[in-house]
Amino acid sequence: MGEFGGLTSEWLFGLPLPTLWFGLVLFALGAFLLLDGFDFGIGVLFATGSKSERERLLAVIGPFWDGNEVWLVVFGGLLFAAFPSAYASLFSRYYLLTFGILAGLGLRGLAPELYEQRDDVRWRRLWGGAFVVGSTLTPFLFGLLLVNWVTGATATLTLHGVFGGLALLAFCVLDGVAFCQLKTPGPLAVRMRVHGLRAGIAYLALLLVSLAVSGVDLQSLVVLGCVFASVLLIGTYSWALRRDRPVGAFVAVGGVALVLLVLFGGLAFPYIDRGAGLTIQDAFISPLMANLMTIATAFLLPLVLSYFVVLYSAFSGPIESEESYG
Amino acid sequence: MIDPTIASRLQFALTVMVHIIFPVMSMGLAPFLIWFTVQEVRTGRPIYEQLRRFWTKIFALSFVIGTVTGLVLEFEFATNFATFATVAGELFGGPLALEGMMAFMLEATFLGVFIFGRDRVSDRLYVVSSVAVGLGTWLSAVWILIANSWMQTPRGFELVTKNGQRVVTLTDPLAAYLTPRFGYMFVHMQNAAVESVALFMAGVAAYYVYRHHIRGQSVDAIAFWETTLKIAIVALVITAPLQVLHGDAYARHVAQSQPQKFAAMEAVWETGSYVPEYIVAFPTTLDGVFDPRTRELFGIAIPGFASWLVSGGNPEATIRGLESFSTRAPPVAIVFWSFRIMVALGFWFILLAFWSAFRWRRGELFEDDLLHRALMISAPLGIVAVEVGWIVTEVGRQPWVIQGVLQTADSVTPGLGGQEATLTLVGFVGGYTALLLLYAAVCRRIIRSGPPSPDELTATDNSAQEVRTDG
Repeated sequence: MGEFGGLTSEWLFGLPLPTLWFGLVLFALGAFLLLDGFDFGIGVLFATGSKSERERLLAVIGPFWDGNEVWLVVFGGLLFAAFPSAYASLFSRYYLLTFGILAGLGLRGLAPELYEQRDDVRWRRLWGGAFVVGSTLTPFLFGLLLVNWVTGATATLTLHGVFGGLALLAFCVLDGVAFCQLKTPGPLAVRMRVHGLRAGIAYLALLLVSLAVSGVDLQSLVVLGCVFASVLLIGTYSWALRRDRPVGAFVAVGGVALVLLVLFGGLAFPYIDRGAGLTIQDAFISPLMANLMTIATAFLLPLVLSYFVVLYSAFSGPIESEESYG
Repeated sequence: MIDPTIASRLQFALTVMVHIIFPVMSMGLAPFLIWFTVQEVRTGRPIYEQLRRFWTKIFALSFVIGTVTGLVLEFEFATNFATFATVAGELFGGPLALEGMMAFMLEATFLGVFIFGRDRVSDRLYVVSSVAVGLGTWLSAVWILIANSWMQTPRGFELVTKNGQRVVTLTDPLAAYLTPRFGYMFVHMQNAAVESVALFMAGVAAYYVYRHHIRGQSVDAIAFWETTLKIAIVALVITAPLQVLHGDAYARHVAQSQPQKFAAMEAVWETGSYVPEYIVAFPTTLDGVFDPRTRELFGIAIPGFASWLVSGGNPEATIRGLESFSTRAPPVAIVFWSFRIMVALGFWFILLAFWSAFRWRRGELFEDDLLHRALMISAPLGIVAVEVGWIVTEVGRQPWVIQGVLQTADSVTPGLGGQEATLTLVGFVGGYTALLLLYAAVCRRIIRSGPPSPDELTATDNSAQEVRTDG
């Protein structure tokens, strides 16, 4: 064992690796919520569009959604790699919920591909509908899972979970509206604004109700701080939408996502899976593997972020009118 | 209700067997797409743009379905095999996380550029994106096969007690992640993917060549299909013989490192030397037909040939029989027959490759209707060979999920209910049947509408270059 020296017995540079990895897992989760969030939101808004608007909405997310969804793969992978027992207990406890999310994601991924295949009314109604259902179901169930997870609920269907799921759905809609402002300025984006404003109010209300019925300590610093920050950010978002400041609106959405993560982390800590009584320290892997994964991730994560820079800058600015999904 | 252990195993088998089709298509298409893109950018000839645009459609569809079906597998380790995830997670989770970051991210982000960005980015970045997508698909295979090969031939670990459970902990990363098995698996799998795609391309192209040249029907873009056929044949001539060569080496490695699996592949029950190689074997009793582990067999065999093959030339070599293991044999008939179907297909593909090459050399490639039919029938057979090959690998290692460490039956989620497990199994049977039908229907549609017509092309065909390249 000597050949790996101190790597086998202590954390790299004495860093608090379990906590750092908890943060890393949350980072991947946040990237998924923020980035795939606008894909889901646009999927929901798809229901309100005319035929040509639908085409445009698909073109908006076309190059991005696949890469965005991979953040879920990375989130799962990092959680599995760093906290295997929590990964196992969590998704096996919410068995049907997990498969519900996977089914929703499958529908969301497949539907646009199929939608574009044929130009007849029934076919497009079917797969357009499937796209909306997948884009609605996935964030709702995912929010339900997150809230159950953080509160350690053993039941699949909980009241605070349902409100949490609806809150995440509302978040995706406001995210989608903001992304539309960036990518397709014009009458469509203007028409979307009212949905964004409503979704902002709904998000705050649902988040508060979910917190209130969940039984968490509402007077704790993290809850109070996060609620206050969310109100401010949603206010900023609404102001930016009305004033036609798409970048401002999107940055505000990023802030909302960040606050959501802080709230999640603050409520979960020190547990990685409260329902199974597993703390971050208990569930973490041994030093050798942890150190190697930390080194690998330190190299890979900047690389991954650079791919996203390439992708988003290749398709920066509004989409051109002739661009379509196919 | 189905027993949760059986339901989980059936569900994993179903979901992984459906999933593998799509990575095979995307990994196999990757080198072709890189080549088409490079040639398109370098020469500006329209045929390469047609090739790239047409096969990218199949690639994109396969990639999307591969993403959603792959995500299912990642989470099934936790939902249905929670004990496995807990016991093996420290060694097994890492490669999955690295696959996500190193491979999948590369592939998914640059795919956006590759599919949507031809007019948006420079030629150089476009070529880079095609290479990144291809590299991503192959790196995915690296990490997945590292994880799988560790389960087949585990090493570089210790069992320790953690939170009251015996779990695996890493002691030697190089030993664990660079097993000899990984090398065999990776070469065999990647070559299989390219070969499968070559067969698929050849079959589709042969259909149009047949209609045009044999049936005399007018086919749009016949030049495109003729070129596709030739490209596929070149790929087949390279990959088909290689597949059998390293397959043979791989089988000998299995005989050493997983003797129980090898015994099942050859249906050897009693340890002995001069072991005959059965070409076929059938149960001689009615009960035996329904018992995959029956020993009442009648078959046609070459005496001593199994020993000869496994030792590389010695007919006296000893092969350990299934009886000599303390664990119950895997369902032998499934492993035995899957292995034979794979090997038979492997040789059929070689025959097909040389037949095509021979006709091509004599200038008769477009005239041999029997060859065209054989290619059409063989279009999906590469995928079939991959499926049966994986059945040998995965059914053959039973009852172990991690060879010698953890049995599959002990790896299932402890509290999983029969109702939940049955519900999701039924859901997957229905959902994946629909998925396969849709995939087939959309592929058919893409193939029927053919490549983009010359006036849709954007490539600036430089006629000076054209003269030069055409000589």
